Amino acid sequence: MEEIVKIQDEIIDEFSFFDEWMEKYEYIIDLGKKLPLVEDQYKNEQHLIHGCQSQVWLHCEEKEGRLFFSADSDAVITKGIIAMLIRVLSGQKSEDIAKCDLYFIDRIGLHEHLSQTRSNGLTNMIKQMKMYGIATKASSYE
Amino acid sequence: MEHVASKAIEDHWDVEEIRNEFPLLKNTMHGKPLVFLDSAASSQKPRVVIDAISQYYSSQHANVHRGVYALSANATDLFEAAREATRAFIHAQYDHEIVFTRGTTESINLVAHSFGQKHLNQGDEVIISAMEHHSNIVPWQMACEANGAKLKIIPLLDDGTIRIEDVRDLISNRTKFISLVHISNALGTINPIQEVIDLAHHHDIPVMIDGAQAVPHLPINVVELDVDFYAFSGHKMYGPTGIGVLYGKEKWLEDLPPYQGGGEMIKKVTFEKTTYNELPFKFEAGTPNIAGTIGLKAAIDFLGDLPSTSIEQHETSLLEYGTSLLKELPGLHLIGTAPNKAGVLSFIIDGLHPYDIGTLLDHQGIAVRTGHHCTEPIMDRFGIAGTVRASLGLYNTHEELDQLASAVSKAINMLK
Ligand SMILES: Cc1ncc(COP(=O)(O)O)c(C=O)c1O
Repeated sequence: MEEIVKIQDEIIDEFSFFDEWMEKYEYIIDLGKKLPLVEDQYKNEQHLIHGCQSQVWLHCEEKEGRLFFSADSDAVITKGIIAMLIRVLSGQKSEDIAKCDLYFIDRIGLHEHLSQTRSNGLTNMIKQMKMYGIATKASSYE
Repeated sequence: MEHVASKAIEDHWDVEEIRNEFPLLKNTMHGKPLVFLDSAASSQKPRVVIDAISQYYSSQHANVHRGVYALSANATDLFEAAREATRAFIHAQYDHEIVFTRGTTESINLVAHSFGQKHLNQGDEVIISAMEHHSNIVPWQMACEANGAKLKIIPLLDDGTIRIEDVRDLISNRTKFISLVHISNALGTINPIQEVIDLAHHHDIPVMIDGAQAVPHLPINVVELDVDFYAFSGHKMYGPTGIGVLYGKEKWLEDLPPYQGGGEMIKKVTFEKTTYNELPFKFEAGTPNIAGTIGLKAAIDFLGDLPSTSIEQHETSLLEYGTSLLKELPGLHLIGTAPNKAGVLSFIIDGLHPYDIGTLLDHQGIAVRTGHHCTEPIMDRFGIAGTVRASLGLYNTHEELDQLASAVSKAINMLK
C-alpha cells in the first residue's frame, strides 16, 4: 500500500510544476500517445469497457498475488489518464488494489474526467481494476 | 423593465442587448468567458423566464383546476393563459389541442403508445427516418413490438438529407403512421415536412413531427402544415426544463385512448368504470408542471417580442460564418451539409477523437457537445463514433465563432 501512496504523491508533485492547463494536458496527451497498447488479441468485446463518449479496453494478468494491467482507449486524453492509473496500480498486490484510495486524480484536477456525464469508461475501468483486486484476493484465500 | 428591453430589440437586432437578457451568459468556465455553443441540447434562459417562475412561486402558487378560492382560481387562469399563448405560438385552432407534457420525449411516447394501442396491428408499418433522435425511435420500437407492427426507415443521403421519393417508396397499404424530425439535432438538416405531410395525407396516413429543434428557430403554423401531431420542449426554446407540448388535431386527440391514468384526467370514477375528462385534460393526468407552463409562456412572449425573421437571419448568418471558418481547419469534416440547414455545426477531425477535442475546448471556455447526440443510427450511417457539435442560439455572436475556430485549431495542434 505504501507503494501506491508513494507513486500517487510523485504524480501530484510532477503536476505541481504545471502553471497552465495547457501544459498539464500536453503532458497527459503525451502519456496517452506513449501508452503501450493492449495487444490486439485483447482488444475485443470481452475486454471492452463501454463509455458513452470513449471506449476503454482493459487486460489484467496475475503473478504471485500481484496484478499487471494493460489498457487502451480510443481517446488520447482518456488514454493518458489510464497511463497514470496503470503507473499507480500495475504490479501492486491485489488486496492493496482492492482497497486503495485513488486520491491523486482529484489532487491533479482531473476529477471532471470521472464524472458520470463524461461517461468515458474511466469510472468503470477503475471499478473493474478494483474488482480484479477483490476477485484475486478472494481466490487466493481459497 | 422587460418592456424597455424588448422595445429596443424591436428597433434593431442588437445581439449584445439580447445577451444582456440572459444572466448565465456572463458566467466564466475554467476562468474564461463562457462561449455557450450547446443550445441544441438546452438553451439558456432570459431573465423574464426566470422572473416569471420566481414570481409564480413567491406569490401565485396553488394547485390548478381544484380550489374555489381566489389563489387557486388565479393559478388556473395563469396555467390556461399559458395554454392559450402556446396555441397562438404555433397557430393551432383550439386551446384544447395543446397538451402539456414533460417534453418532446413524453409527447412522442404518448402518441406512440396511444396510437399504437388503438391502431397498430400485426403486420402494420410505421415510418421514421434514419436521422431521428432516440426519443423518436425507441417509443415507436416499443409500440411496434407491443402490437406486432414493423418500423420502416427513410434512408439518409451523404449530405444528411432525405428524399421524398424514398418516403414514397416506403409507403405501403400497411403504413399506419409517419413520425419525422423537423430539424435534426445532430446534422441541422431541415426536413421537407410539408411535402411529407402532403404525401402521407394523400394515402390517409397521419404524421407526427418532432419539432424540438425547430421551434426556437422557425415560425410554426400547424394549421398551414396540416400536421396531425407536433411535439416540442420548453427548454430548447429559452423556457424551463420539465415542460413540453404535444399539439394534436382535435379529431386525433378525441380518438386516442388516454396515456396515463390519475387525477385531472377523469370525469367520474367508480371502481367499475371511469369516464375520461374532455380534452386536453384526458391526457394530463396528475398535477401538472404549473410553474413550467408559466415559464414557457414567458419564453413565448420573449420570442414574440423579437422579430422572428431576424432570429432566422441572425442564426443563418452565424451558421454561414461558422461553416466558412471551420472549413478552413486542416482535416476537419462537417457532418451534415444539407442545403436547407439550421444552426448546427457537427464535425469530426481526421485522426482525433471528439472527446479529446471537447475536453480541450472546455478548458478554453467553450461549451460544445461531443458524442453521438442521442442519434446513434446517424453515427452508424456515417461510420463514425461521434462528432463535436457546436449549436447556435439567438444570443450567439460572430466573435464566439472566431473563438470556436481558434480554440479548435489550438486543440488540433495539441493533439497532433
Ligand atoms: C430532435 C430532438 N428530438 C427530441 C429530443 C428530446 O427532447 P427532450 O429531452 O426535451 O424530451 C431532442 C433533445 O435533445 C431533440 O433534439
